[in-house]
Amino acid sequence: MFQLSASAQEKIRSEMKRYETKESAIIPSLFVAQKENNGWVSDEVLQALAKLMEIPHSRIHEVFKFYTMFNQKPVGRNHVQVCTNISCAVNGGRELADHVCKELKVGYEEMTDDGRFSVSKVECLGSCTTAPMMQVNEKYYENLTPESAMNILRGLK
Amino acid sequence: METKLLTEHYHVENFHTLTGYQAKGGYEVLKKALKLQPQQIIDEVKASGLRGRGGAGFPTGTKWGFLPKNNEPRYLLCNADEGEPGTCKDRVMMERAPHQLIEGMVISGHAVGSKKGYIYVRGEYVHVIRILETAVKEAYAAGFLGKNILGSGLDFDLDVYGGAGAYIVGEETGLISSLEGDKGQPKLKPPFPAVQGYLRKPTIVNNVETLAAVVPILKDGAAAYRKYGTEKSPGTKLFSLSGNIVRPGNYEVPLGYSLSDFIQKEGGGMRPGRKLKAVIPGGSSAPVLTADEVAKANLDYESLAGLGSMLGSGAVIVIDDSQCMVDLLGVLMHFYHHESCGQCTPCREGTGWLDKILHSILEGKGRLQDIDLLLKVADNMKGRTICALSDAAALPVLSFVTKFRDEFEYFVREGRSKVKGKAHAQMHH
Repeated sequence: MFQLSASAQEKIRSEMKRYETKESAIIPSLFVAQKENNGWVSDEVLQALAKLMEIPHSRIHEVFKFYTMFNQKPVGRNHVQVCTNISCAVNGGRELADHVCKELKVGYEEMTDDGRFSVSKVECLGSCTTAPMMQVNEKYYENLTPESAMNILRGLK
Repeated sequence: METKLLTEHYHVENFHTLTGYQAKGGYEVLKKALKLQPQQIIDEVKASGLRGRGGAGFPTGTKWGFLPKNNEPRYLLCNADEGEPGTCKDRVMMERAPHQLIEGMVISGHAVGSKKGYIYVRGEYVHVIRILETAVKEAYAAGFLGKNILGSGLDFDLDVYGGAGAYIVGEETGLISSLEGDKGQPKLKPPFPAVQGYLRKPTIVNNVETLAAVVPILKDGAAAYRKYGTEKSPGTKLFSLSGNIVRPGNYEVPLGYSLSDFIQKEGGGMRPGRKLKAVIPGGSSAPVLTADEVAKANLDYESLAGLGSMLGSGAVIVIDDSQCMVDLLGVLMHFYHHESCGQCTPCREGTGWLDKILHSILEGKGRLQDIDLLLKVADNMKGRTICALSDAAALPVLSFVTKFRDEFEYFVREGRSKVKGKAHAQMHH
């Protein structure tokens, strides 16, 4: 059974006081909880948040489902998101994404067997003048080639 | 040519710190502005002709003027949910000059009578959120934020809020919904946010660049600002130049600058052996321009509107002759379908159909009548929804299909792209 750590609970309580209403803390709290649950949000996570925040589960659930940064299934330790929107697309973003999948032997929205990587194609991340790019967990990597991207990924544990 | 009113000191390594910002005269304009009456600031901004830099281009001073003339608490929200494909200028502004944005917000807060502001940043910009949070802390410690700012008796609190990934939150009422802890769905207007916005209180939502531009406007006055740009599009603007170009980057140029010169001089022109095919001048929602139209276009609101497109967010996406327009429209419609919030039927269903029809054409299964079907569906999506996303999806379809119809017809007839070397199987999103 998923449980929020004491420090996560404390962080969520402080977010609930930070904004004008406690509902504004739903998004920040989902991030805190997602981090505690290895990068994704399960129903148990939603239940734990609902209980702690005293906000109905359904309310938190609909927010969770609306935003793309909340993962609805397990992701790798290194969650690789390759932009395939227009500025990246005209600079090889889709070929980059395909190359990464091929080299990591994984499909889109899938995770490698060892749990080290998962790969997604995503919409514009605001890196248009440094295309193509990928985001791995919180970090942006820009001006990539298929080779440079793989060199970066091979260096990640 | 590059004209740096906002970006003059961006190359200074520590400009993002309070020390670095103040070394270049940072927060001096705030000191001056705190001695002015709110109406004087509003009048100066109105006189400057500053127009919203997020995409809609609405006059900022006029927007501020919609607030009720009473003492009701009101909010000032900075829209930093930069998500329009092709756009990354707000990111650079926040990375390099977070204090310029903060200074602009305190001045604007004073002007509109707000004591509380938020900077709503798209969640993927994790590093930007950290930079802003550090800058806000520095500004509090130095007395530029909080109670009784610099002994003026004025209060302004500011916090940073990170989003969680949704294009639609860039629409101002969607942003308000999200900040309220809800799905980021836009709200029906009226009431406009200035009357009933965040938590049903009067609210002003301005783009990062708009709020930052208040600083140079107040520094040297509206008349000095108007020396740049055109009569109806005064001042400078940051443009994100991306796509098939030698030197992509974010450049600040005066409005009214020739698009061809921008591509040649700032962008370094086309890559070796390539020819210009098209430009999307204002982010993915702006109707595409052909190479012939590009030659006539200037980077201002009127010139681009005159060509049936728009300045939008200032994202100039250059497309060369190696690209297939059917393929690129497929990329865009996949995006709009993904990002439609689902509230309004014409948008929810329309973006889905556009995506499906293009997908089928790109798979080589298109029928000739699908081309007109694209136009018909797009036409039915215009002006029928709560927010502009539906139009934003329809406009590229109408412009791509009308201006590059031969490529669409070829694709349907032959089952593959007219552009040599592009096999459809690899191309689709």
